[in-house]
Amino acid sequence: MPLSIILSRALSALLTLFGVMVVVFVLVRVVPGDPISMMIAPGATDADIAALRAHYGLDLPIWQQFWVWFKQVLQGNLGTSISMKQGVITIIAQRLPATLELAIFALIMAVIWGGFIALVSTAWRGTWVERAIDNFNGIMLAVPDFIWALTFVLVLGVLVPVLPISGRSDPSIDAGLATQFYILEGLARAKFAFVWDVLKHMLLPACALAFPLAAVIGRVLKNTMMDVMVQDYITLARIKGLSSIRILLQEALRNAAVPALALTGVQFTFLIGGTVITERIFSYPGIGNLAIDAVINRDLPLIQGLVLTFGIIFIIVNMAVDALTVWLNPRLRHA
Amino acid sequence: MPRDLRIWLGGGFILFLILVAMFAPLLAPFDPLEQDLMAATAAPGVEPGHWLGTDSLGRDVLSRLIYGTRIALTVAFVAAALACLLGTTLGLLAGYYRGWVDAMVSRLVDIWMAFPPVLLSILLVAVLGAGLTSVIIAIVVIDWTRFARVVRAETQQQARLEYAEAASALGMGHGAILWREVLPNVLPVVLVLLSLEMGIAVIVEAILSFVGLSVSTDTPTWGGMIAEGRQIIYQAWWVLVFPLGALFLTVLAFNQLGDGLRQWLDPMLKR
Repeated sequence: MPLSIILSRALSALLTLFGVMVVVFVLVRVVPGDPISMMIAPGATDADIAALRAHYGLDLPIWQQFWVWFKQVLQGNLGTSISMKQGVITIIAQRLPATLELAIFALIMAVIWGGFIALVSTAWRGTWVERAIDNFNGIMLAVPDFIWALTFVLVLGVLVPVLPISGRSDPSIDAGLATQFYILEGLARAKFAFVWDVLKHMLLPACALAFPLAAVIGRVLKNTMMDVMVQDYITLARIKGLSSIRILLQEALRNAAVPALALTGVQFTFLIGGTVITERIFSYPGIGNLAIDAVINRDLPLIQGLVLTFGIIFIIVNMAVDALTVWLNPRLRHA
Repeated sequence: MPRDLRIWLGGGFILFLILVAMFAPLLAPFDPLEQDLMAATAAPGVEPGHWLGTDSLGRDVLSRLIYGTRIALTVAFVAAALACLLGTTLGLLAGYYRGWVDAMVSRLVDIWMAFPPVLLSILLVAVLGAGLTSVIIAIVVIDWTRFARVVRAETQQQARLEYAEAASALGMGHGAILWREVLPNVLPVVLVLLSLEMGIAVIVEAILSFVGLSVSTDTPTWGGMIAEGRQIIYQAWWVLVFPLGALFLTVLAFNQLGDGLRQWLDPMLKR
């Protein structure tokens, strides 16, 4: 890809990020209810309140507050959480790994499940199997993660209690990990029982997040594979005597993967957005759940930090998808 | 599923909901707010008359479900229509005039897409104060981008076609071309999006109720019932299951209607 395109994409991403910061800042400033009033001890004097106000910079005009905050963010300082009395960066760093592991686990499940759907319905095209899968796929696509999450809680957590529906790991297990990347570190240290427990806790929320995405991947992949299956080179492969499984996997799937990939990337950002309510439903200790608490507690610095974190993740995912699509498509690579 | 069946099933269910909402006082066996602590968390059919059971305060689940359709449909129709109006207008302007209008609208859409929509809606409602109006405003402010993105692309395509050029040659002004020539051709897509958006609006309202930020707790909503049901799930699964089922069917109905409309309008779109 020419350098100028990369530069203009990066510039555009930075502009978007700046816009995100402005929107967050303005939104958070007009929250009614004084955050200071929630943190003063009973019997505080007016001078105490004024001092606290000055400490958080809440006594300056709004554009000055933005400028101060903007400069701090550039220096990697997101301030101190009002409700948790800890650095915002520290809190987010503590909680982000849980969300990342959940989102990536859900993405992997969606790709496998979507690919499976597409392969099966292409292999049995024109039969009742294809129609049944199409109908089920339609429901998976129409119903959002919020409903799936609650359905799983109800059916697999309560009525037939086979999986845990709350938290990230069994609190009675102390794995003694140094980082919050439970799966990665657990695997690296060969604590397989612990990893298994974490995976069990992740399975239902990840399924809820993965279902709509799997449906999208399944549909796009199937449609492209159907187009590929009538091409001459497939007929040729069949004449050469290749087995139909091999034709499906080697020829059709490979050629259908690139268009599906671009869409998967965009949809992945929706999945990340979905972690907010899904984590809430499963009491999962990630940044989405934290963000809802932050809004309810009117914790301005924490809200700002979290929304900014989501914004940065979204922009990174979009840029990564752009790069990957170009890299996989030779025509664009040499443009 | 055949396209006509989709439209009939989806549309029929929504019509059914509209009737339920209109005649709620006649249909509901109990006052949805009436508490009866002696009959609290009764399973379906255990207490006489409480066919779908009662919640932790002994309120009748069926009656609350029936009254809940009112909020759900109000949000679906009002919020989706307003989001549609705002997004379509901006999309038309951006697609037709290009230049700085397009640059601004597109940048705004980019910025909006970088927010998790659920988080943004919760934040907006927290800013505006809980309540039905805030929920509607939040949905409009967030979901106009769905319309703007698609309508912009569609308008760009339409404005390049010969009929737009012909209208311009005939001396029609920009406004007239947009309103009389381009808009009618973009309308089918908008209609499909509108149907889908209604389903999304119902979900967003339920999510906000679930988090405790929608209408006051005195008004029965499906989301509010779901939130309570999630808390007492081990004692009374029926408090969760019925509103969840209602939500599921409603979203599915709006989607089937939208999909059916899409298939029906497709030949007209020539794609």
